[in-house]
This record gives sequence, C-alpha cells and structure tokens, in this order.
Amino acid sequence: MKRISIILFFLTLVALVTPLKTYASGSGEEGEVNVKEIIFHHLGDGYGWEVPFSHVYRIPLPVIVRAEDGKWISFSSHKLQEYVRITNEKTGKEELVAEPRIVTIEKNGKEYQFILAHVSKHRNKVVQIFPLSPEEEARVKEEAKNNPEIQGDVDKAEAIIGGYAGFNEVYYREYKPHDISITKNVLALLIAAVIVTAMVMSVVWFYARKGMKAPRKGVGFMEMLIDFIYTGVIKSTLHERARKYAPFLLTCFFFILVMNLVGLIVIFPGGANLTGNIAITLVLAIMVFVITNVMGSKHYWKEIFWPDVPLFLKFPIPIMQFIEIFGIFTKPAALCVRLFANMMGGHMIVITLTLLIFIFAAFGAIAAGGSVFISVMFSIFMLCLDVLVSFIQAYVFTLLATIFISMSTDKGHGHEAHKEEQKEVAEETDMPVEVKTT
Amino acid sequence: MELFTPDFGLIFWMFISFIILFVVLAIWGWPVILKNMDQRADTIDKGVEYAREAKTQLDSARAEAQKYMEEAQQQQAEMLREAARMKTQLIEDARKEASEEAKKVMDAARVSIEQQRKEAELQFRNEVSKFSLDIAEKMVRGNLSDDQSHHALVDKMLDEIKSN
Repeated sequence: MKRISIILFFLTLVALVTPLKTYASGSGEEGEVNVKEIIFHHLGDGYGWEVPFSHVYRIPLPVIVRAEDGKWISFSSHKLQEYVRITNEKTGKEELVAEPRIVTIEKNGKEYQFILAHVSKHRNKVVQIFPLSPEEEARVKEEAKNNPEIQGDVDKAEAIIGGYAGFNEVYYREYKPHDISITKNVLALLIAAVIVTAMVMSVVWFYARKGMKAPRKGVGFMEMLIDFIYTGVIKSTLHERARKYAPFLLTCFFFILVMNLVGLIVIFPGGANLTGNIAITLVLAIMVFVITNVMGSKHYWKEIFWPDVPLFLKFPIPIMQFIEIFGIFTKPAALCVRLFANMMGGHMIVITLTLLIFIFAAFGAIAAGGSVFISVMFSIFMLCLDVLVSFIQAYVFTLLATIFISMSTDKGHGHEAHKEEQKEVAEETDMPVEVKTT
Repeated sequence: MELFTPDFGLIFWMFISFIILFVVLAIWGWPVILKNMDQRADTIDKGVEYAREAKTQLDSARAEAQKYMEEAQQQQAEMLREAARMKTQLIEDARKEASEEAKKVMDAARVSIEQQRKEAELQFRNEVSKFSLDIAEKMVRGNLSDDQSHHALVDKMLDEIKSN
C-alpha cells in the first residue's frame, strides 16, 4: 500500500512537471492554443495510436478501405504520414512534425491513391483521391480564385469547393471509401473484449480448478460484481426469465464497465474514448432494441396498439398508439445518448481542466504555475469521479436494459383475463404456467 | 461534428466484437458461473441448515444426557436410601429373631428345668415316701398289719409337709 502511494506520488509529480516542460518548449505558441481542436482530437478516433509521452510518433495500425471500384485495400497507417523536421519560425528550434502524404498502393496492376483528409468534411478520415483532367483542374482553380472567401488559401478553397481535395496546391477529386480500418477505437474495443473475456474466464477457470471453493481477491471481486448484477438487478426484475437474458445483460455490463475504465487510463492500452463515442453506444442500444421487440410478448404489443385507456384516446385518432410507437424508439435512444453523453462529458471536463494550464499560461509564469497545481488537482478529482461514473453508467445501462426487457416480455399478470386463461392452461396441462408459455 | 455522427467502421467492429464476445461468454462463461454460484449458494444453505440441525440435536442430546444423569443420581440416592433402610431392617429382624430364639431357648430350658424339677420332685417324693415307708415299716413293723391304711396315712402326712 505504501509502495503504491509512493508510485502515485511520483506519477503526480511527473504529471505536474510534464505540462511545464511542454509549456517551456512550446512557449512560442502559447497564445494559439486551439482548445476545441485539442478536445476533439483527444475524444475522436484516429489511425494509429499515440506512443506514450510523444505527440508525433504513432503505433501503426492497419487501414482497410473499399476503393471506388469495389476492391478492398489495406495498408499500414504509418504510410499516411511522414515525419519532417521543420524549424519553428518563432523560436528558431527544430521540431519533428508529422505531415500528411499521399499513399500510393498498387494492386492487380492498378494504382490507388489515398490521403488523410485534413480540412474537408471527411476530416481525419482516409479518402481516395483521383488526379483531375487539365480542364477540370482549370475549372476548380478558376472557381477557387473567383470565390471571395478564399483569397488564394488552398486549404480554405478545398473546404469550400466540395468534393475536391487540395494538397500542396494540386487539386484532386476525393471519394470517401467504406472504411473498416482497425483504428485506435477499434483496437481499444478489441482489447476491452479480450479483458472482459479474461476476467470472466478467470472465474470459470477458478471453478474448474478449485470446484466449490469460494474465490478470494480478484476472482472474488469479479464474482461479487457478477452476483451484484445478477441477483440485484437481473433476477430481482426478470425473476424466472433471468437465466435466459442474463448472458446478454452481464456481457453488456462488463463490456461497458471495462470500456469505461480502460478509457480513463491515459496511455497506450487505454485512452480511447470508447463509450463516449456514439457508434459504440448506438450498437449497444440497437441490441437492446432488437431484443425487446423480437422477444416482445403479446401483452407488450397489445399495450402498444390497444392500450388500456379511454376509447377516445385511441380511436378514431390513434394518439396513444403514436406515443407508444414513439416510445419504442425513444427508450433505446435514451440508453444510447445517456451513456455517450456521460462518458464524453467526463473526458471533456478532464481535458478542459488540463488545457486551462495552457490558457492561463498566456498570463505569465505565476498564473501558469498556479493553474498547473489547481488543474492537476481538479483533474485527479474528476478522474476519481469518472471511475465512479464509469461504474454507475454501466450499472444504469444494465438496469434500464433489464427493465425494458422485463416490460416487453411481461405476460401481463396484472390482468384478470390473462390470469384466468393461464389458470385454465395450468389446470389442463397440470404443469407450471411459465414452462408452458415460455 | 464527427463525434455525433456514428462512424461506419466502428459500428461494424463493435457489432462483430460484441457478438463474438457475447457468444463466447454465453457458451463458456456465464452459464458456468451462474450455475456454480447457485450450486454453492445451495450447498451453503444446506450446510447452514445441517449445522443448525446438528446443533439442535446436540443440544437435545445434551439435555437428554443431563436428564439421564439426574435420573441415575436419583436412582442412586434411592438405592442408597433403600440399602440403608434394608440394613436397619435386617439388623432389626435379626435382633428380633435372635431375641425370639433366645426366648424360645430360655422357655424350653425353663420347661425342661420345670420338668426335671417335677421329675426330681416326683422321684424325690417317691424316694422320700419309700424312705419314710421303709422307716415307718421298720418302726412299726410288728404292729402294723394293714399296709394300705398306713400308706394313706403317710401320703397324707407327706402332703401336709409339701403344703408346708
């Protein structure tokens, strides 16, 4: 315990010193901190994964895209950038900078060109580019020249003249390919999946090895979590249907929890803002949507199309039906947005607090020093809070998913007619009702 | 805002990895864990029940043993009391018998003494009468012809002596 606190102390020291160094080395540009840019860079996805404590080098990852002619092409993400030494105009120091470059891939005797779009609406995505015919190029250049907003700025021109990418003053036609690259987020996703598998399998292997013994330490904690979710949430809501839906709900909980927590780790295996990415939460919400509606009972559909309300509310104008059908979609949408917004918000606050250092640095060394201390303290506090939020959001997602599934698979025990019907069934078959109906 | 527009590639991979993870865990993970946890809970419940039963049994056994011990002690005390009672009675009986026997012996002795005394008396009387007869015969041999009347006279005189 003491050793851990010493390590933590030194890590905090490093965290305190690193921004100072950065501030010192980048002192020429302290006024030009683009907060929005940095936040979205950190929250967003990317080809390649930053090497810890380096802003330039990236761990290369495979880029897989479907070119315009339908061929699947893959190449390493390091080809998208080249490292060049440039001299900083203000400080006169040499700096290593990653510059985008055109990737040319030859496949089946055909040449494909790709580039990392950096100003268009496909910003930070790989796009395929095609050279223009001289007439077309002349037309685009003319259009750019005539546009009063551009004033010869190539990057700006490219942004305004849609469908064309400008690179080193040369225009290309751009095409956004289908992109299933192993990006930073995808790799983090796979790592999270492997961690979840290892966590769950550690319990299974423990049982295989030790039989009925009670596990201790890590495995014990894992079992406690499983029991907490299974007994506390799933079983108490779904009762006899618990076993059927438990695998899905438990997988959801642990996957979300691990993704949340791994996202909070700043360097390599973590740092990807997974659950703060709407694609991830969207898939999870769609899963819940599919399960609730595919497994929906007769009672569930009856409640949607012919609910127990006064007649004028459902006929001739189907007000209630409209609301209920709307509700089918809003429930999973709420799941999706809640998780996404909470996690993204947490990340955003931590980054913003860190950026405060650079913003305050503009006011002089004392302000910078003071803000370093305050920002780091607040960041640590926010990260601790985020650990809590990670758990709570995973729990809330599972809880709500369980409730939605419970609502849709409920057989309407509250209704007399159903009760009698079930009683009849039970008497006829002399078997428990649930066995018959599920 | 790229953050709010879901990226196709990420959706694709998320879907694939979630499905794979779900299938793997639904087959080899969760059922095994849940079954094992239920089984263990059952075993613990049974164990607790068993322990409780064993405890009640032990308690009742202890109470029973206590009861038996008390009973045995009571019996022992009773037996001791009985033995003491018997002892005193035996002594009493023996004493009574002995005294009776003694009395009987004494009675018998008295009877036999009496008898002997009577016999001796009779013998003595006979002797005395014989002696006196002899004496009297000697004394009055010549003048006494009728023995019968003389015997009666002597008897009468002896009775007078005896009554004296």
